[in-house]
Amino acid sequence: MYNRRALSPLLKNEGMKSLSASLLSIFTGITVGCIIILLVAAFDEKITFSSGLEAVRLILFGIFSKGRDTAGNLIFGFGSNNIGDLLFRATPIIMTGLSVAFAFKTGLFNIGASGQYLTGTAATLIVALSLPEALPSFIRWLFAFLSGMTAGALWGTVPGFLKARFKINEVISCIMTNWIAANLVTWIFESSSFRNGSQSGKIGYIMPTSMKGISTAKLGLELLFPSSQVNAGIFVAVLFAIIVYVILFKTIFGFENRVCGSNAHAAEYAGINGKRKTVLSMAFAGALSGGGASLYWLSGNTEFFWSTYQALPQEGFNGIPVALLASNNPLGVIFTGCFMSSLEVAGQQIKDLTAYNEYITDIIIALIVYLSAFSFVIGQLVFARKKREREGEK
Amino acid sequence: MTFLIQQTIIYAVPLMLIALAGVFAERSGIVNLALEGMMIFGAFTGVLFINIMQKSGAFQKENAMSLMLLTMLICALSGLIFSLLLSFASVNLKANQTVTGTALNMLSPALVLFLINVIANQNVLSMAEGDASAWFMIRKQALGFDATKNYGFFPETFFFKTYPADYICIALFIILSVILYKTRFGLRLRASGENPHAADSLGINVSKMRYLGTGISGALSSLGGFVYVLTTANCSATGDVAGFGFLALAVMIFGNWRPLSIAVTSLLFGVFKCIAAAYSTLDLNGDGRYLLAELGISTNFYRMLPYIITLVVLAFTSKNSRAPKAAGIPYDKSKR
Repeated sequence: MYNRRALSPLLKNEGMKSLSASLLSIFTGITVGCIIILLVAAFDEKITFSSGLEAVRLILFGIFSKGRDTAGNLIFGFGSNNIGDLLFRATPIIMTGLSVAFAFKTGLFNIGASGQYLTGTAATLIVALSLPEALPSFIRWLFAFLSGMTAGALWGTVPGFLKARFKINEVISCIMTNWIAANLVTWIFESSSFRNGSQSGKIGYIMPTSMKGISTAKLGLELLFPSSQVNAGIFVAVLFAIIVYVILFKTIFGFENRVCGSNAHAAEYAGINGKRKTVLSMAFAGALSGGGASLYWLSGNTEFFWSTYQALPQEGFNGIPVALLASNNPLGVIFTGCFMSSLEVAGQQIKDLTAYNEYITDIIIALIVYLSAFSFVIGQLVFARKKREREGEK
Repeated sequence: MTFLIQQTIIYAVPLMLIALAGVFAERSGIVNLALEGMMIFGAFTGVLFINIMQKSGAFQKENAMSLMLLTMLICALSGLIFSLLLSFASVNLKANQTVTGTALNMLSPALVLFLINVIANQNVLSMAEGDASAWFMIRKQALGFDATKNYGFFPETFFFKTYPADYICIALFIILSVILYKTRFGLRLRASGENPHAADSLGINVSKMRYLGTGISGALSSLGGFVYVLTTANCSATGDVAGFGFLALAVMIFGNWRPLSIAVTSLLFGVFKCIAAAYSTLDLNGDGRYLLAELGISTNFYRMLPYIITLVVLAFTSKNSRAPKAAGIPYDKSKR
């Protein structure tokens, strides 16, 4: 057995540096987003400059937007429905963020969260809609949730296995499995009886699970955040964040994963079976993504557009910025997930209240991912300069 | 048969051009996952340019071909500029290329959809007047031929009802493949992706080569994106090419980073794509029966087949893969 203390220096904590790097990315991303808005206002004669400024205010404070007053001015204040929607939208991306973060910690880039999310979606919906209604709804909820996680885990195992057995880069195989999943899920639902034929115009969607009496319990959250979509799924997501944290930082399994991620050669030299870790880590990451899908679709008020072969779910890709901004810390993922969904809520407000559209927040999210690909480097440069200056003063 | 060949060309040509775009980036040492994003960007700038030119009245239907050539040039330029985001991050800032590529894949559709919505107040931007086939396709009437007469297999298949843009792409593909293998520049580019330290020690500017490789990659994928929407989506941009860029990535891997294999692979995948798009009305031997539809295999199967094949082939060939050795690794002089 290896000496764990000898491997520990590999895992030294860079908390402050990564926090400042994340904040830098967020700040720059939002600034560029606002500049784009103002540029559009300057060049498009349909959009006045004051409406551009309104959009900027909504980007910054959209989560507190309460619509317009009778004079047409934007009003801000604490809106419990916005906060509730934020928590609801945060639920799946916290889970996919955890998925990406866990894989990152093992040195794997799980770009396949979308595919895992899709297979999780399919398994969840099929189980939830086909279990006999004689069973208590909580049992059916649990079965559907577990099958979502299992399907995600199986889908994550594929790239993990291909990497361990054939040394195929997991990024490539994740991209391939994503699109296989997109077509497979469409195929499964195309001629199934799960499509919503009973409501007119809804045949493109799968029946919401509430039609079979399954919807995630609200546990009093509906009193706290009235007229919002929030449910207890957010508690499950937070619970999983804690579980992932404990696994990564308090168990030997997680320790070995982190060593593999920091230095695969050192891990192998110490006798850690890297191949096994790769498969297990991808399976676990897939289970988290699949679980995220379950939590989203089991809420009962969501409808799945089944003809998904042309597009992958955004939740899977949004897991990447969520994980990167939290520098792959599972507890940090809770907050960055909420931050990402607050941007989404702001985007909805911008669409509803101004001449702009919700895609501006997608631009900001993409910019943040782009910046976080190298912000850590910049952060290190800034730190190094400060250090030099301090030493120069002495 | 004519229909099948023409449809296959429509899918295969952009596919091979974009796969070659991936080759240029990877052979210079930069992994370009953003092929899809660059396609979307190129498709948007192309359609926007055509739209503006039509509105301004600068081009009429008679000189549509010069408009097309100009648009293709603009697309390539815009892709070149867009690719600077990737090369700057990965060459100068030594960023993680996978994350950067993913970011650009998210950025491009978001930016394009944002702008399309501002410009057109909907999710689609189309030509201002006419449609793609009327403007940019070779038509019998326009050239003074009898529209009802059949001129034999070859003219009917490879001349009439085809898009000249596709042939320009094929010419570009051949020229660039030759450049990659038969010129000094091509050798230097490949050396930067294979062994940058050795290249550097012989006086090759690795950073410059990587900028050029990524730039060519961006130009080609944007151009390919435009040609794709021109020929398959009636020249309209939607901020989405349905994973075509990732299919090109699969072609590149399946073709083992070699132009000739890529050309063959894209024909094969083009056939799958074509079958998936039109299999229920595909009459292969002209006996009035839709054989593929009668087989009863789902269209989804043909759509996912390229991805499955790529994975299987990767599994069998990963030991002797020709992937550029230094692709994806930032060049650091101090590391030997």
